[in-house]
Amino acid sequence: MSDTAAQTRHIPDRLNSRAFRILRSWETLLLGVAIAIFVINTFTSPYFLNAWNLSDATFNFTEKAMIAFAMALLIISGEIDLSVASIIALASTAMGLAVQYGAGTPELVLIGLGVGLLCGAFNAVFVTILGLPSIVVTIGTMSLFRGISYIILGDNAFRGYPDSFAWFGQGYLYWVFTVEMLFFVVIAIFYGVLLHKTNFGRAVYAIGNNPTAALFSGIRVQRVKFILFLLTGLMSGVAAICLTSRLGSTRPSIATGMELEVVTMVVLGGINILGGSGSIPGVVIAAFVMGLVTFGLGLLNVPGIVMSIFIGLLLIGVIALPRLWSMFTARRAS
Amino acid sequence: MPQSATPVQTPVVSMDAITKTFPGVTALDQVKLDLYPGQVTALVGENGAGKSTTVKVLTGIYQPNGGTIRIDGTPIAFGNPNAASDAGITAIHQETVLFDELCVAENIFIGHAPRNKLGLIDTREMHRAAQVLLDEIGAPFSTHAQLRDLGIANKHLVAIARALSVDARVVIMDEPTAALSHKEIEELYTLVETLKAQGKAILFISHKFDEIFRIADRYTVFRDGAFVGDGLIADIDENALVKMMVGRAVDQIFPTRTPNLGEDVLQVVGYDHPTEFADINFTLKRGEILGFYGLVGAGRSEFMQSLFGITRPSKGACKINGKIRIIRSPADAVANGIVYVPEDRGKQGAVIGLPIFQNITLPSLKRTSRSGFLQLAEEFKLAREYAQRLDLRAASLDQDVGNLSGGNQQKVVIAKWLATQPQVIILDEPTKGIDIGSKAAVHEFMTELASQGLSVIMVSSEIPEVIGMSDRVIVMRDGRIAAELSGDDLRPETLVRHAADITTAPKRQEA
Repeated sequence: MSDTAAQTRHIPDRLNSRAFRILRSWETLLLGVAIAIFVINTFTSPYFLNAWNLSDATFNFTEKAMIAFAMALLIISGEIDLSVASIIALASTAMGLAVQYGAGTPELVLIGLGVGLLCGAFNAVFVTILGLPSIVVTIGTMSLFRGISYIILGDNAFRGYPDSFAWFGQGYLYWVFTVEMLFFVVIAIFYGVLLHKTNFGRAVYAIGNNPTAALFSGIRVQRVKFILFLLTGLMSGVAAICLTSRLGSTRPSIATGMELEVVTMVVLGGINILGGSGSIPGVVIAAFVMGLVTFGLGLLNVPGIVMSIFIGLLLIGVIALPRLWSMFTARRAS
Repeated sequence: MPQSATPVQTPVVSMDAITKTFPGVTALDQVKLDLYPGQVTALVGENGAGKSTTVKVLTGIYQPNGGTIRIDGTPIAFGNPNAASDAGITAIHQETVLFDELCVAENIFIGHAPRNKLGLIDTREMHRAAQVLLDEIGAPFSTHAQLRDLGIANKHLVAIARALSVDARVVIMDEPTAALSHKEIEELYTLVETLKAQGKAILFISHKFDEIFRIADRYTVFRDGAFVGDGLIADIDENALVKMMVGRAVDQIFPTRTPNLGEDVLQVVGYDHPTEFADINFTLKRGEILGFYGLVGAGRSEFMQSLFGITRPSKGACKINGKIRIIRSPADAVANGIVYVPEDRGKQGAVIGLPIFQNITLPSLKRTSRSGFLQLAEEFKLAREYAQRLDLRAASLDQDVGNLSGGNQQKVVIAKWLATQPQVIILDEPTKGIDIGSKAAVHEFMTELASQGLSVIMVSSEIPEVIGMSDRVIVMRDGRIAAELSGDDLRPETLVRHAADITTAPKRQEA
């Protein structure tokens, strides 16, 4: 091959260096935002720079982020799952029900993960086998899954989870480091590797950019999408275990509205809502940004409803910024 | 021999020395076309002769680079489709552009619906006017019917009613009978007669010789984007018309080769599909280039996609190297060494948005990766090898394929498949819409592949390409194999005859 390479036209692998690409990336911009918020928080509240307070603040985003990583892959592939918060409700209800029949922690974990997987499979069947649009299917199952929880629980709540079950949502590994942080890190690495370092991840990008051409390239498009729905369901199951363990009780309204916060985190992380591009490091930084904003505002005694205004403005602002910048530079150039 | 008829009256529309170029391609080269009131002019030519471009120039979708369009002798320029519509030119397209979710009356009057005093759409008046138009053309459905529920023939009627509603003087019919049954075609002919009687000028585009001789008063022939001749239908016969269509100067040189055929690689037995094709049987030998010729809609691409696992045949078997293989998906086809380079590069070929190297390695990831994990160095190596073999012109392998020219995108798609080391490569219209230079490169490359023992199936609607490249040609018509030709039988006239089913002498219509 080297002989012919000398004769024929040489095409370089890449034009821009790695450093240049990283510098210009969305993730770098987002990291700047994260650092800025960190600095602002440090100055506005004396309670911010405290290891225990910061540790507590991570609960703001760890559970959402677990789902967001799986959701990121799903959105890159051009699909979406809006039923994730309802899957949490159903999985949590199932675990609470099992407690009434004397289930122990290992059984509860299996039930939580199992219900998550089943719900994911349910969504997947409608989207990949029947070919229905995922946004419609999962809006439907969003009501369906939570509806089942309401039928089972009504106005009641399940309590009485075993003491050992508290480890997932309330446990500490060492000093201020929580069990949920460990889950967050392990899951982030898992999805980062899956998306960026494997053939499967490449297929996800190909499908998101052009599902027809991906099919015509021999990729089993529907199989890949099925797996992505399963993974999102499974992560909702994991989040259900952590959240139920942390709260110590199950109500049917658990995690209401969390699906939109998850999608916000994914989009803030630079994942194209239309599919095809984005990265896991972006979602990791977005998780921290959202956690820092919520925590900082909380320290200032800003009520929750106002907090959601800030998160909304942040999302629109961060997304509009690069666009405004390019319009500005284009005008300067002309 | 260019020949011109003496006009008996002044044309409504006359195109004079119209030229339209696209980057790298001259689609129309100084063509002329005259349309007369109360007469049907047939525009005849092979695929790629420039008929569709002509329609788009006439309807204001394309702006010509040179030449004049005259309406009643006055030069006019259409800046946009509305200008053409205002000038009374309307087109009924191959796939008629209407709105499925609206009712018949709304479709007829969209953009110029009657208004009431408040400026809102006067629904009652609209339905009344629509009913008048439908009665005029004898349409058998209600003005309230949803367009979605109508068949293709009735949709054509809606399009015609729409043309009448804007008081069109020129009606362009682009292969209007392509999807119609015999009875519906007869009804369409009657309608064309009605329009003629109303003094409308009709441009009729068709590949079917029987209907050209049945319905047209005049003909105009284009070839390779250039005007060849025109005249009265009464003055010409089918053989002469076919000759004008296909006869060409030898300006394209195809690589010569001595085929070195090996054993049977692919055997297709009795492939059937409920709607697209039926009873397809053939064998393909190692190192052979097999051409598939036919008119648009003959079922060639549909059959190829079925062979590639996109659609499932209802019946039939496929043997690869003598063993029966079941192909349920493109992934199965690739695993069995069959690959497909689609006609629609933008949608089905390249994954726009992914860089070149990822496009090339997409079906070969199993080979370049280690237990499911990507090895970028291996990917770049494989991508570079095939990019250089195809002489790809790109700034870097990391460039988005979307930024490449059509010809280079095609090279990426071909490179992608060659990297899988296939046994059979199916090329669907491999040189359609790419410049002459890239065309020659693709032809050269096909020859090289065949000589290396790859079997090539080439679907092409360009007669010179089919004849110049193929060892053997299968002609398809209406989803079936109409003929299998090789050697001395490979002549342009023979191909056209089998593709269009001209077996008997044409019946003349008294003018």
